[in-house]
Amino acid sequence: MVFVGPSGCGKSTTLRMIAGLEDITAGELRIGDEVVNEREPKQRNIAMVFQNYAIYPHMTVGQNIGIGLYTSKLDADEKRARIAATAATLGLEDLLDRRPAALSGGQRQRVAIGRAMVRDPVAFLFDEPLSNLDAQLRAQMRIEIKRLHQRLGTTIVYVTHDQVEAMTMADRIVVMRDGRILQVGTPTEMYEQPVDIFTARFIGSPSMNLVTGTIKDGVLSVADATLADAKVAGLPNGAVQVGVRPHDLLVGTEVSEGLTMKGQVTAVEPLGSETLVHLDVAGAEVIGTAPGKLLPKVNSEVTVSAAPGALYLFDAKTEQALGRL
Amino acid sequence: MSTMDVELPANRMRIRPGQIITWTLLLLGGLIMVTPLLYMFATSLKTSGQIYDLKLIPAAPTLDNYISVLSDGRFLRWFVNSTLIASIVTVSNVFFDSMVGYTLAKFEFRGRYFIFLAILSTLMIPTEMLVIPWYLMSSQLHWLDTYWGIMFPGMMTAFGTFLMKQFFETVPDDFLEAARVDGMNEFTIWWKIAMPLVTPAISALAIFTFLGNWTAFFWPLIVTTSRELYTLPVGLSGFSVEQSIQWEKIMTGAALATIPTLIVFLVLQRFIVRGVMLAGLKG
Repeated sequence: MVFVGPSGCGKSTTLRMIAGLEDITAGELRIGDEVVNEREPKQRNIAMVFQNYAIYPHMTVGQNIGIGLYTSKLDADEKRARIAATAATLGLEDLLDRRPAALSGGQRQRVAIGRAMVRDPVAFLFDEPLSNLDAQLRAQMRIEIKRLHQRLGTTIVYVTHDQVEAMTMADRIVVMRDGRILQVGTPTEMYEQPVDIFTARFIGSPSMNLVTGTIKDGVLSVADATLADAKVAGLPNGAVQVGVRPHDLLVGTEVSEGLTMKGQVTAVEPLGSETLVHLDVAGAEVIGTAPGKLLPKVNSEVTVSAAPGALYLFDAKTEQALGRL
Repeated sequence: MSTMDVELPANRMRIRPGQIITWTLLLLGGLIMVTPLLYMFATSLKTSGQIYDLKLIPAAPTLDNYISVLSDGRFLRWFVNSTLIASIVTVSNVFFDSMVGYTLAKFEFRGRYFIFLAILSTLMIPTEMLVIPWYLMSSQLHWLDTYWGIMFPGMMTAFGTFLMKQFFETVPDDFLEAARVDGMNEFTIWWKIAMPLVTPAISALAIFTFLGNWTAFFWPLIVTTSRELYTLPVGLSGFSVEQSIQWEKIMTGAALATIPTLIVFLVLQRFIVRGVMLAGLKG
């Protein structure tokens, strides 16, 4: 389960409430079938990995991992074996006598995970654990955490503000904003059926394009294009926001059905396999996609099109989803 | 070899006029501070007839004074008293100041700021003013002329609490919360996690407290009447009255009293300097 949302949306606070580090003013928190609102963190049998790792600089890697067994009733030999097994799982067996200062960022992250997994908790809580790593290491650790999750099968509640991290790691995503949950669903549901403009734009990279359109008598008008569809016919007349993902807005093609518009190229981002083309379409900044070898000239006029099913309609006032076209 | 072969790069040789002034001033300041110490050691090696000879190196240095002072049982007793008192007070300060500093730095509770201000405000009251209430309190509780009577005013200090609070504030909350999630109780978190992270502060506090109590004179003089309970500074001051100012003996006693502080300083000077810098204090 991944909590995702912009900074200050309450995702870390929610995680801390699950951990017992923050008081819950109302409602019930259940772990398994038990209400744990009044339980101390140590009574909840959950393990947490912090954003800054929180591995103790005055202890060795082995001691740091061993702290996870602080309340365990295992004898010393069993604890040693457990620490060794955890270290082996995370590739830390040669570093057990080192102090954190002598470790790289990725190794520190593993130690923090090791301390969490050594005691076999009912759930792991990860609070933006990859945000201090560089892009390459982050991608690597993402996969490692995912593999770990598949191997252990234990619930992980993971907090991030990075939607790519959320999409790649989650079985289920919780999108939050201003302390409220906007939507809960699988990554595919989030991408395909966002409930509002915020979720639609937050999930997916680059963000979904939005262009203002109007519906009149069952016909959708966007820029210089019009689209008649049975689904539109059921909607009241008025302004709407029309969303289309950059990968569905193809530059240099026309479609017989769907939506075809004209736009002026403002910038081009060649990515090799494809080219992101920034366009001005009827005053709105949008991003379209062109094949990798096609590099439209800046200021040139191009045609962009979205095939049927690629358009998302949102109410202009409430920003709630109205359906797809 | 020509002179060119050994010439150093110009930037290494360059000495700025400002540096010469700085060094001269530091040298003068150092001399002013070291001279009395040197005279103390020099006098301790002189006979009574030589003490008004101001030469730094005695004509016939002798260790007789040291033998005499060390063979006097009272000196050793005072030395032990000072060591015991300074050590106990130091341990007490490290323990209690840290605990209170940690609580003030890391726990949210009503009145926290007021308590901190109240503790801090006691720093503004001079010791001389506190001596009277301390004395009255000691008298009523029958603490006069006891080890506890000497030690109790310094068992916990506002300065130490302030110093430790400032340092504990630099310890990231994540460390403490991670320990809480891992099942430690609050005392263990303080002792096993927080304390090792503020060792520079603990060292500085321990050094300042030990040196302060080792050299303390005023309160031990007032609270003690039995010679067996005298601390070194009090005992040495008694030397001069009782033995009609035998300077060579006083200087020998003072030299011996200085040795532990010198050892503490030489071994821990790194921490003292860091402590002074971090606490923004006068040493």
